[in-house]
Amino acid sequence: MTSTDVARATTIAPVPGARPADHRKVHVGAGQAEKISIRDLKFFYGDSLALKGIDLPIYERKVTAFIGPSGCGKSTLLRVLNRMYDLYPKQRAEGEVLLDGTDILSPKLDLNLLRSRVGMVFQKPTPFPMSIYDNIAFGVRLYESISKSELDGRVEAALRRAALWNEVKDKLDASGLSLSGGQQQRLCIARTIAVRPEVILLDEPCSALDPISTAKIEELIDELKADYTIAIVTHNMQQASRTSEYTAFMYLGELVEFGETEQIFMSPHDRRTQDYITGRFG
Amino acid sequence: MLRRLGFNVDEGTKAMTDHIVSAFDADLKELGDKLAEMGGLCEKLVAESIDALLRRDTPLAKRVIEWDRSIDRLQNEVEENAIRTIARRAPVAIDLREVVAALRIANDLERIGDLAKNIAKRVVALEGQFQPPKLAGGVAHISDLTLAQLKDVLDAYTRRDETKAIEVWNRDGEIDALYNSLFRELLTYMMEDPRNIGFCAHLLFCAKNIERIGDHATNVAETVYYLVHGVPLTDERPKADLTSATTMDFGH
Repeated sequence: MTSTDVARATTIAPVPGARPADHRKVHVGAGQAEKISIRDLKFFYGDSLALKGIDLPIYERKVTAFIGPSGCGKSTLLRVLNRMYDLYPKQRAEGEVLLDGTDILSPKLDLNLLRSRVGMVFQKPTPFPMSIYDNIAFGVRLYESISKSELDGRVEAALRRAALWNEVKDKLDASGLSLSGGQQQRLCIARTIAVRPEVILLDEPCSALDPISTAKIEELIDELKADYTIAIVTHNMQQASRTSEYTAFMYLGELVEFGETEQIFMSPHDRRTQDYITGRFG
Repeated sequence: MLRRLGFNVDEGTKAMTDHIVSAFDADLKELGDKLAEMGGLCEKLVAESIDALLRRDTPLAKRVIEWDRSIDRLQNEVEENAIRTIARRAPVAIDLREVVAALRIANDLERIGDLAKNIAKRVVALEGQFQPPKLAGGVAHISDLTLAQLKDVLDAYTRRDETKAIEVWNRDGEIDALYNSLFRELLTYMMEDPRNIGFCAHLLFCAKNIERIGDHATNVAETVYYLVHGVPLTDERPKADLTSATTMDFGH
């Protein structure tokens, strides 16, 4: 077994007096294709160590949720996956993050190409101060030069995919900022998928939204996972348990437990995971 | 190290730390208290129904029939509390298992109450019937064992003691074996003297009810195990009640 395998194997504690079948090692997600493989990832904000050697697989066309208290490193981890931290001096990552086997931490990597493959949606909706149409077309034009009619098709397809088309089809020239919060967030998701990425990173995408908009985004995540690999950071435990197939619980820059979401929320192996998800933490 | 970080590192689910929302703890405690009350009432009901049977005490039997309503009422309350807790707190992990376990155990306890009531009803029906001496000895024995099982499994639940629960689970075979021998014994009495048939038939049903109470105790044991470990107790329990396949040779 490689070190990654060891990190991924979770031992179920022996049970006195029963069931020898329990004395086994469970390989989480055995047989799944890894879209991203994170190996011994350390992350520094200046001198301070924010991620202390993370080993984690992110499986292809599955939803992986990152949960943990504020400051545990989950958003930092997400930001590493498309090198968002490169915008800031004194921030650096060590270790390996393989996207389809290629190390994305390599300094030689074309960041624009990486970000076209790994899209990101933020906590607060961030529409550009331009028309709804241009919000979507902007990113596409950045990476490809296509005809107007082709571009129209891409914009419509992205808006349809983000379940926003019916609400905006008659006002594509209106400003993106005129939409409601929930619509803006779906616009941002449409913008992300318009450039046809392979991975979508969602950093607390619903924390500023009302329950109806949240439900629409969750429905969207459910549909998008057929075509995309999705990683989502959320503070909402119910959202993590509803939307994801795999869940990673992080604490103080460490990955405490990674497993199938059902297992994490029904019978977590680590006491800290249990204390966190049941609201006993702190 | 973990303790220094403020984590509770006790093993298993014992000595859980409190929720940040203390009303959640209060909800779960209320659920546990209701179940404890139900369990105590069940023990009393089973003991008194058997007492009524062995002593042919019809007034006591009638009281047992009346008490069973309290168990039904408590089961309703447990269900309402559990549903309200799910709706309000959206429990997960150990909390969800607590609520699910409470629902399951309340269901088993309600069935145990019904079985005790059935025994009491037979006591009432037997009033004035011919009673052969010394026939009830075997029933007393199986009753003692079943009552001990019920007490132990309720203790196991209160203490979240899965080892004790597994002991109860493994001991159910003894009740089944006793029921087998009682079945044969009663059949023999019936063959010896047809005047015994009426009483023995009732006694046989009572014994079956007691054996079923034992089965519900093992259900509770399985629930306790699930509550503690989050996985079901899946091994096949040895099945020792063979009476469904028993025939008697009538000697022709």
